[in-house]
Amino acid sequence: MRHGKYPLLAAFLLPPLALYGYFVLSPYAQSFLIATTNWQGLSSKYDFVGLDNFKRLFKDEYVWNALLNNLWLLVLLPLLTIVLGLFLATMLNVGGRGGRGAVTGVRGSSIYKIIYFAPQMLSVSIVGVLWMEVYNPRGGLLNGALRAVGLDGLAQVWLGDPKYAFWAVLAVMIWANVGFYVVLFGAAMQSVPRDIYEAAALDGASRTTTLVKITVPLLWDTIQVAWVYLAIIALDGFALIHVMTRGGPNFSTDVVGLRLYTEAFGDYKWGYASAIGVVMFFVTLSVTVLSLRLTRRERIEHS
Amino acid sequence: MAQSDLTRRSVLRRAAAAGVLAGPAAGLLSSCALGDDDSGESTGKYEGTVSDKNPLGVKEDAPLDIVIFNGGFGEDYAKAHEAMYKETYPKAEVKHNAVVEINTELQPRFVDGTPPDFVNNSGAGQIPLGGLVEQGALADLTPLLDAPSLDVPGKKVRDTLLPGTIEAGSFDGKMYVLNYAYTAYGIWYSTKLFEAKGWEYAKTWDEHIALCKKIKAAGIAPWTYQGKHPRYMSWPVISTAIKLGGPQVAMAIDNLEPGAWTSDAMKTAADAWYQIVKDKYILEGSPGLDHKQSQTEWCNGKAAFISCGSWLESEQKAVTPPDFNMSIAPTPSLGAGDKLPFEAIRGTAGEPFIVPAKAKNERGGMELMRHMLSMKGAKDFTGKVSSLSVIAGAADGVSLPFGLTSVTKALAASGSNGFNWIYPVYYRKLERELVDAACGEFFSGRTTPAEFLAACQKGADTIAADSSFKKYKRS
Repeated sequence: MRHGKYPLLAAFLLPPLALYGYFVLSPYAQSFLIATTNWQGLSSKYDFVGLDNFKRLFKDEYVWNALLNNLWLLVLLPLLTIVLGLFLATMLNVGGRGGRGAVTGVRGSSIYKIIYFAPQMLSVSIVGVLWMEVYNPRGGLLNGALRAVGLDGLAQVWLGDPKYAFWAVLAVMIWANVGFYVVLFGAAMQSVPRDIYEAAALDGASRTTTLVKITVPLLWDTIQVAWVYLAIIALDGFALIHVMTRGGPNFSTDVVGLRLYTEAFGDYKWGYASAIGVVMFFVTLSVTVLSLRLTRRERIEHS
Repeated sequence: MAQSDLTRRSVLRRAAAAGVLAGPAAGLLSSCALGDDDSGESTGKYEGTVSDKNPLGVKEDAPLDIVIFNGGFGEDYAKAHEAMYKETYPKAEVKHNAVVEINTELQPRFVDGTPPDFVNNSGAGQIPLGGLVEQGALADLTPLLDAPSLDVPGKKVRDTLLPGTIEAGSFDGKMYVLNYAYTAYGIWYSTKLFEAKGWEYAKTWDEHIALCKKIKAAGIAPWTYQGKHPRYMSWPVISTAIKLGGPQVAMAIDNLEPGAWTSDAMKTAADAWYQIVKDKYILEGSPGLDHKQSQTEWCNGKAAFISCGSWLESEQKAVTPPDFNMSIAPTPSLGAGDKLPFEAIRGTAGEPFIVPAKAKNERGGMELMRHMLSMKGAKDFTGKVSSLSVIAGAADGVSLPFGLTSVTKALAASGSNGFNWIYPVYYRKLERELVDAACGEFFSGRTTPAEFLAACQKGADTIAADSSFKKYKRS
């Protein structure tokens, strides 16, 4: 049997590797090449310009503005989503205080689970269009609700005002993502031995103490993974913003992905757009490595 | 840097021969997105014999490959034009293709050197024309202009076009783009609403402001605009400035002259328009709406005026109440010192059609344009899509909807005083991104007229200083 192992392995592994190489790795490699040209994407004519695109990028205030927005997202999106996700998952799984000592979720938790997870089933463009209508300053759900309860003063132009547009988009990103992490954290909590929670409950630990002292340390691996995923989402953000604001008003919601798209498909500066892509590749890579390194802790084994 | 004469293909061949690259790897790299440099190869275009009936020398049985943007105009008008072509050349096979995203569909074909013979390059996925011309991707349409008209006896195609058509499609004096639909840009209002309230469209700015006051008192917002696309509001501002200072205001902007946006005429116009911001004559919440939402508010009678082009009527067809009777009007005059009369309105040829330079059946593509530009083809277009064409007199006798009738009247009244600017065609980014953002700040009341113009000027200066944008001169 032994000598037959390698052909079999190769037969399974090589085709997907070849496809991955051709459709994923080769375009990446090509974009590094294109980033050193002034290719405009409509003919096969181009000159090599060395690092000119990168020098230009360094001085491009619109790219810096977009990058800054991405960095804000990078800080806020994972933090808020994980905190909210942990809170909701705790309430759904171990937050109940009904039964005598039994560890359960709050009443109706199975319905809440469905509600929280629902946005995950919608495509990004649907989420964008939906929230554009919610934020519609005239007749939108949000301003309508504020006015209905007499809070007219809080009604805003939302996506039309640079002061609020970014936060409005951030809120949608959290709303769209949190459901997944509620399920993820919930699944991780199921693997935590019940007796730990029961012991904590018997000792009279409050929900907050249980969350901070028990759940978070035991879920650290999962939180770490969530952090990396959310960081990658924060560095992208293109699809939702393209649908909702196109980076406006006055570039207040611009992100690097949108800059890249506009340079490529709006102004046909493919060389420059590729240079932006290359920079983003390295930024994303370093953020991922950094967050894995910085959040490294000793694993807790529980059987 | 000089054009590299070592094509990638030849480098790869040598490398492969030297045994550096194995076979499959070479195959992988030569199918790179950059395309193959085939400048040395012969083009192999279809060519027929020139005759009186066939002035462009079309090969009668050559296939014709057509890509149409399937948007507001649909595709039926194009099918009718293709049927006319087929009538003239029964042996030709016409391949009709209607798509929504022109750029994603055609970019690989342009790079590959196998573009279609005829393209309606329009919609949100339009490939910027300035870029196409700069890269030599478009055929010069001069032979078409000099060919005799299909059904207007004794006239060349160029003599049947409305004024401004050739200029709107020309780059450095050569026409590469046929803009087929004639578009007017102005201020729209509901004739029904105005009649019911006893209002009359104001011809001067002071009267306009007085009317706005009256409208607001009646509980209606005088103005709204396309919120997230605030550049729509740059049109009335620039129009007001051109009417005050004459066409050279537009010329300076198009040619990216220093200080073009901060000229006295632009300053006076921006100051005037600031009044509607200051006095809160703009529908509350407008900056947060998109073009569809704001135009619908306008159709629902929540606002009296909106700035738009003549496509507004067909764009709003589904939500316009019956008897709304929308009308277009020129921007109000600033005063007696205006160089152009009140009637002057911005009119330009839009909806670009192109023949790629590498089209196999380049002559066939131009011949299809000649069929479109016949009186019969143009009348058919106007009847089918409710839009004017660039053929003079082609709308006569065609029954038009209310709004479009007002457009024809406005254009007739404007006559030779009509004006236009082309910088959005030359430098898409300047209008779509930079002026757009500046308009958003200005009409939301966050910047003053001086700051608004300074922001526009800064955008124009950035483009002017950026060597990666090819500069075009208008004269």
